[in-house]
Amino acid sequence: MRDVIVIGGGPAGVSAAIYLKRFKLDVAIVMKDQGTLANTDHIENYYGIVEPITGSDLFALGIAQAKRLEIPVLVEEVLNIDAFDGFKVKTNQSEHEAKAVLLATGMNKAGLKVKGFQEYIGKGISYCAVCDGFLYRNKRIGIVGTGDFMFEELEVLENFTKDIVIFTNGEPLGKEVTKHKTITEKIKALKGDDVLKVVETIDGDHEVDVLFVAMGTASAADFALRMGAFTENNSIVVDENFMTNIPGLFAGGDCIGGLRQIAKAVDDGAKAAIAINKHLKGKTQIKA
Amino acid sequence: MPIKITKENFKSEVLESNVPVIVDFWAAWCRPCLMLTPIIEEIAKDLEGSVKVGKVNVDEEGQLANQFRISSIPTILLFKNGQVAKQVVGLMRKEDLLKSFGL
Repeated sequence: MRDVIVIGGGPAGVSAAIYLKRFKLDVAIVMKDQGTLANTDHIENYYGIVEPITGSDLFALGIAQAKRLEIPVLVEEVLNIDAFDGFKVKTNQSEHEAKAVLLATGMNKAGLKVKGFQEYIGKGISYCAVCDGFLYRNKRIGIVGTGDFMFEELEVLENFTKDIVIFTNGEPLGKEVTKHKTITEKIKALKGDDVLKVVETIDGDHEVDVLFVAMGTASAADFALRMGAFTENNSIVVDENFMTNIPGLFAGGDCIGGLRQIAKAVDDGAKAAIAINKHLKGKTQIKA
Repeated sequence: MPIKITKENFKSEVLESNVPVIVDFWAAWCRPCLMLTPIIEEIAKDLEGSVKVGKVNVDEEGQLANQFRISSIPTILLFKNGQVAKQVVGLMRKEDLLKSFGL
């Protein structure tokens, strides 16, 4: 078991990992892609940047820096985090155990931008198969998504019903599926009365009892929901030590909200690392 | 402590209550529900006398869950004079929950 797994390889995650390494902790970064930093092609307001640099290049520098300091950087997609006596981080390739986890996965996703989406959240739209799937035993379940995270959720839902429809919302499906009906057209609207009843795509209406949302990769908010960590306005709630309400689960950077700046993310990372170090040392003392 | 609400006592404990009733729809397999449990217990203690607090296990009380079209848990309903006055879905901090219920 490692001391810490940092999820996310952006400024918050790498900054935290560097400090954790300096505390002589066994830390690894697990990351999928460059996130929102890749969308910026002109950074000139960050300390020490003489000539403007692209977000993608700065990200690559951060990863190179982590690697030079011998911090393992694992390019894997995190699908689920389980809290037991420590944490079990399940990825699309393996499983990792750690005493503490730092969520630094960047901005949480907004969901589907179609009519009816906001209205039916909690009224037929669910973000969590393991939380709500059981309520739809033998009913018609819709799920929207295309990647490994969607397949992870799908596997959970298959325990509850055979009647599942996959909506790819215009994207290609990651793997071939023969067991379930697949609708590839873009979703136009979500309709119903008090609760969701119909997913409308370009080619017509599709009746469902529920629609599970598992688009793209899982975000910090998705992990928080499954683990029972508090969120507010789609941001993870942390205390002054960057810890969530779950002991040992920390979060920093864009996923906790606030100023969306590299300087803030780096600051979060450094402070979270100091707090994690204290948390782990404190724990060791109690056990000894 | 929160009262266990069943279809047998729902009318007398919730609909006919003289004080507002907070009802938490939950299940044992739902992690966010379990995290909400101590919060609901604290609210029951804090507001004892002015607000009643109850819990509905959706596995045992499917009929009540259907009646109120519970589609995501935890769902917390506030009943006033036998009517649903407010519905909240998902795990929340105590102060946020009380605020959204205007309590």
